Parts: sequence; structure tokens; C-alpha cells
Amino acid sequence: MTETPQTPDARGHFGPYGGRYVPETLMAPLEEIEHAFYEARQDAEFQAELKDLLKNFAGRPTPLYEAKRLSAELGGARIFIKREDLLHTGAHKINNCLGQILLARRMGKKRIIAETGAGQHGVATATVCALFGLECVVYMGEEDMRRQRLNVFRMRLLGARVESVTTGSRTLKDAVSEAMRDWVTNISTTHYLLGSALGAHPYPMMVREFHRCTGDEARQQMLERTGALPNTVIACVGGGSNAIGIFTAFVPDERVKLVGVEAGGRGLALGEHAARFAGGAPGVLQGAFSYLLQDGDGQVSLTHSVSAGLDYALVGPEHAWLHDQGRAEYVNATDAEALAAARTLARTEGIIPALESSHAVAEALKRAPQAKGEVLLVNLSGRGDKDTDIYRENFPELDNPDAK
Amino acid sequence: MPSSERIARCFAACKEAGRPALIAYLTAGDPEPGRTAEIALALERGGADILELGVPFSDPIADGPVIQRASDRALKAGASVERVLDAAREIRARSEMPMILFSYLNPLLRYGFEKLCADAREAGIDGCLFTDLSVEEAADTVETMRQAGLDTVFLAAPTSTERRLKLVADYSTGFVYVVSRTGVTGEQAQVAGGVDGLVSSLRKLTSLPLAVGFGISKREHVEAVGSYADGVVIGSAVMRVVEQHGAAADLEQHVEQFFKELAGRA
Repeated sequence: MTETPQTPDARGHFGPYGGRYVPETLMAPLEEIEHAFYEARQDAEFQAELKDLLKNFAGRPTPLYEAKRLSAELGGARIFIKREDLLHTGAHKINNCLGQILLARRMGKKRIIAETGAGQHGVATATVCALFGLECVVYMGEEDMRRQRLNVFRMRLLGARVESVTTGSRTLKDAVSEAMRDWVTNISTTHYLLGSALGAHPYPMMVREFHRCTGDEARQQMLERTGALPNTVIACVGGGSNAIGIFTAFVPDERVKLVGVEAGGRGLALGEHAARFAGGAPGVLQGAFSYLLQDGDGQVSLTHSVSAGLDYALVGPEHAWLHDQGRAEYVNATDAEALAAARTLARTEGIIPALESSHAVAEALKRAPQAKGEVLLVNLSGRGDKDTDIYRENFPELDNPDAK
Repeated sequence: MPSSERIARCFAACKEAGRPALIAYLTAGDPEPGRTAEIALALERGGADILELGVPFSDPIADGPVIQRASDRALKAGASVERVLDAAREIRARSEMPMILFSYLNPLLRYGFEKLCADAREAGIDGCLFTDLSVEEAADTVETMRQAGLDTVFLAAPTSTERRLKLVADYSTGFVYVVSRTGVTGEQAQVAGGVDGLVSSLRKLTSLPLAVGFGISKREHVEAVGSYADGVVIGSAVMRVVEQHGAAADLEQHVEQFFKELAGRA
């Protein structure tokens, strides 16, 4: 891990965003994690072990793939895809999990808890816990457990306990609240392996640092393959971990456009989407100050996305700062656009993307035709196996014997 | 604007009487916003010295199931910051009991923090405690509260290091709220061990009154904690009574009777 151009201040602020908005009981433990993280960063042995695991366990570096058929079909930009979907466990989440599990071991924690939306972070957490023989409890909203049955089973197969969360909207936000309540209760034995660039400092910075390998690799690979940087980098944004992972290396390259794609859901009425920049205002949720979907009384709104991993009311605080500075642009793709993009990618390139990543693909499909001569880099953060049930629900015609 | 000093005077009077101040937490708006003032006054008749008026929030990360459910009911019944302040105004018209606004930060940020402080003071609120406001983030908000004449109460926790306890003591006025155990709010069979040690650590750092909360639900807890703390906070146990009798016309009597037992007045 090298120095990062955009470092939060000593209290974890990106501009006005981020910080530590948690009950006092969690403050000292957050300081302990921050301290352990900075120490580990300087520790050659820690770095060597992490590097080895990323390479030999997770499968880094991931390929940079030029989607030639898709590019030709759209008749505009050249589209390159960073294949984080090929990582072990099927998504980028494993990068952060490997980093944090080594940190947890260093801090002497025996029990790991996590929240999960789509289940990818839960599976990655269950995986690293199995790898290190640590107890694992994953909080997951009841609604998400229904949407992501396959991942629930994978977690259990890996030895984790999946706790169903039945409060609130029964999705990611409520799973985070339950995980925080568990953490505050079991703080001496337990590490909270938070899965996105969210929550109180140091999590947003730490999670970014564990994911920035994506962008570091992709930048180098683009230079090797095309001799230049891409014109535009596109990634989906739920909490924002895969996006910040690929953006970070490109932030100093001012000519490279950074585009984050939020969940446009069923439309931009409050409660129907998770597009925080389109419909939110700065506020505090679960430890951080950032753009938040909320009603006029400051109550957190329900959100909707076909993709469980993007279905969250707050965006990671560094994205809020990139947004306000105009360094990154944030757009959204609807459920229908993401589903259509998934089918297009599957049929032109033989890659079935995760529904989350399909939002980034949808944005590339919109931009490419008007961008002849340009190069688009899309972060394909996860693979779509886990979404098979939802794809089937939405493409019922494919279950016909004569389907094509 | 100087602080109302209702809180300071209340702790002094309790000390003189040789007993801890009893602090009752009430989620405003449960079972419905129109009943909050009556329930608060029932608590006072039952022996509550100070009222913590809780602003319900959709995502109460520091609260256990009882207060989560109370918040849900209050929000469904139409609770809002404005209606919490209406209830405060109604209580203040009929009582001199000190009142603390107890809230997560976001509803107040949305209301407008400066306006909130001015409106709260005008409604008769004496101080504020924000569950998810760490001292690190508090410089501006504390300044605004002080200017409005509101006491600023912060949490001290079993995990707080000595450096943090100092910060908490420095930022607090009125009293310091000592969290008895790691965990969320909720009743327990026994009060956590070690909280007396935390109280004595804080005594060395501040002359402010120290009130202990989390897990206190019975008269015997009040007696035990009251032997070393200046105040005792009872929250979830109150909200359980509201939950059990919320639909009843005599809810207020149940609340009053329950608190009398806690206060040793039954």
C-alpha cells in the first residue's frame, strides 16, 4: 500500500464527510483498529502475508479484458472490463476481508461479525473465517436472505452462522444496525468486519486501502495494453467499496473521468431507489456523515434496488467528497436497465455479471455509442451466479423449452 | 444565554436529601404524540426527578429491542422533532422537572441544529444528549448548545480510556451519563460489575454529578447504583410498561405506579 493522494484528516474526514458518529462505547475500539491498521501498514511481514493471500488464495491480479464484441456491437468506445468477478468467492469483497482478517488476528480477536446485503461480503467473510479458524456470525436482512438464498447456503456451508434481521426494511441497513449492536455488546472478543467503505473512521479509509489494488492493477494494465489511460472509469456504488477501489489510483489523473453508478431502482420517488446523490441530502447514519436518503423529519428512508448490494440509504463518505469536488460524477441505472445490461453482457461476451455490477455495465452501454475513439474501463465487481433466481424471475421466457 | 441550572439545582437538592436523582427516559410519541406530556407527568408523580425525552429515530443503533419497538411505534404514530418539542412545551407549562433532549443526531441536523437549540430552549428543554455524537465531532454542536443555554451531556463508557474520560468530562455540563456496560440499552437481571470503578475514575476528573444508566430496571438496582452514583437512569423498563399498557386508558397510572416502586415510594 502506497501513499494515497486523498487522505482523510486525523479524525477521518473527507472534507466535511465521514468522521466518527458512534456511541462512546465504540470510540476506543475504533481507535484500536485505526492504530492496528497503521501499524500493520508499516509491517513488512503483514504486507507480505496479505500479498501472498491475495495472489495465491484470492487470485490476484485479476485480468483486464477487452470486450471486443460488445464494443463492436455498440459501435463507439472501446470497452475494457476489470475482472474482479473472477476472484475467489466471486466478487471484489475478498480483498478487504483478507486484509481485515489479518488485522483481527493481530488484535487477538477470536470472533468475527459482519453484515451483508447481496451476500457477497458475507460469503467472503465466512471464507476468511474458515481459512483462519475463527468464529463467524453474519447479519443479513430477512428480505435479502430471500433474494440471495444461494449465498445464505454458501455461508452456512463455510461454517458461518447467518442471523436473520427482521427489523426495519429487513435489508442491508438493518443488518448493519444489528451488527453494530452485537459489536458494542461483545467488543472485547469481536472484530466487526465491515464490508464497505462506510461506517465510522477508520473503516472508509481502511476498506479503500484494502481495495485499491483493483485500481492500481487496472491503471498499470491499461497503460501496458493501450499505452494510455482510459477516458472514463465506471463502477457501481452501493456503499462504494469497489468503486473507491478502482477510482483511487485514477484520482490524481485529472483527465480520467470517474463515474459512479447508483441504483435507480423503479424510479426516482423516495423509497423506490437508492440514488443518494439524486435524492439524498447530507446526514448521519451508522457512524458516518454523508449523502443520505431521508424524509423531511430526518428519518432514514426505505430504499429499493433489484440488487441487494446497492440497496442502502447512505453512500460512502469519500464518494460524497469526490462528488462535491466535482472529481467524480454520480449517475444511476434503473432495475430494468441493469437487468437488460446483464443479458447483453452475457450474450455478447459470455460473462454473466452480478446485478450490482450490471449497473456499471448499463452506464457503459449508454455512453459507448457516443464515445467513438474513447476507452471506457468498467469495474466488473462480481459474477452473477448468486443472482440466478432474480434473473429467472425477470426473464421468465428463458424457462420455456423453446427459449433463445 | 446561561444554562437554566435546573439540572444542577436538581442534583444538589437530591444530594442534600441523601438520595440519587432518578432520571426517567421516555420515547416521545409512544404510544402516540398526544400522550407524551401526560406520561411524563405521571413519571414525575411516581418520583422521577429528571426527564430524558427521547426523539425516536428509524435506526437506533445504541438501543435494544424495547426502545427499538418504542421508536417504531412512535414514528408510526406520527412523531417528529416538532411534536417532541410540543410535548416538552406542554410539560414545561405544568412542571419544573429538568428535561434533557435525548436523540440520535440526524433528525436534529435535518431540523436545523441552530434552530433546534433555540426552539428546544424555548420549549423548556434544559440540556441535550446525543447518542451518536462523539466528543471528536462535538466542537461546533457544543458551541451552539451552550450559546442557546443548553447543558451538554455526554456518555462515558466502560471502554473509554482515561484520555477519553477526560474529554467526556471536559465537554459535559449538567452531568455525565455513565454507561454501565458494553452493549445496547435494555433491562438486565443484574447491573454490570465494574461500573462503580468507572464512577470513581470519573470522580477524579470532574466535579459534575455522575448518573449511571443501561440495564437498570428494579428497585434493588436503584439502591445499589444509588449508593455510589449521583443519578440513576431508567429507560427500557419504563418503555416496557408503556408497551404493555399502551392501549389502556389508564396507561399513566401504570407508569406512575411502576416508577413509585422503583423510587421506593410504593
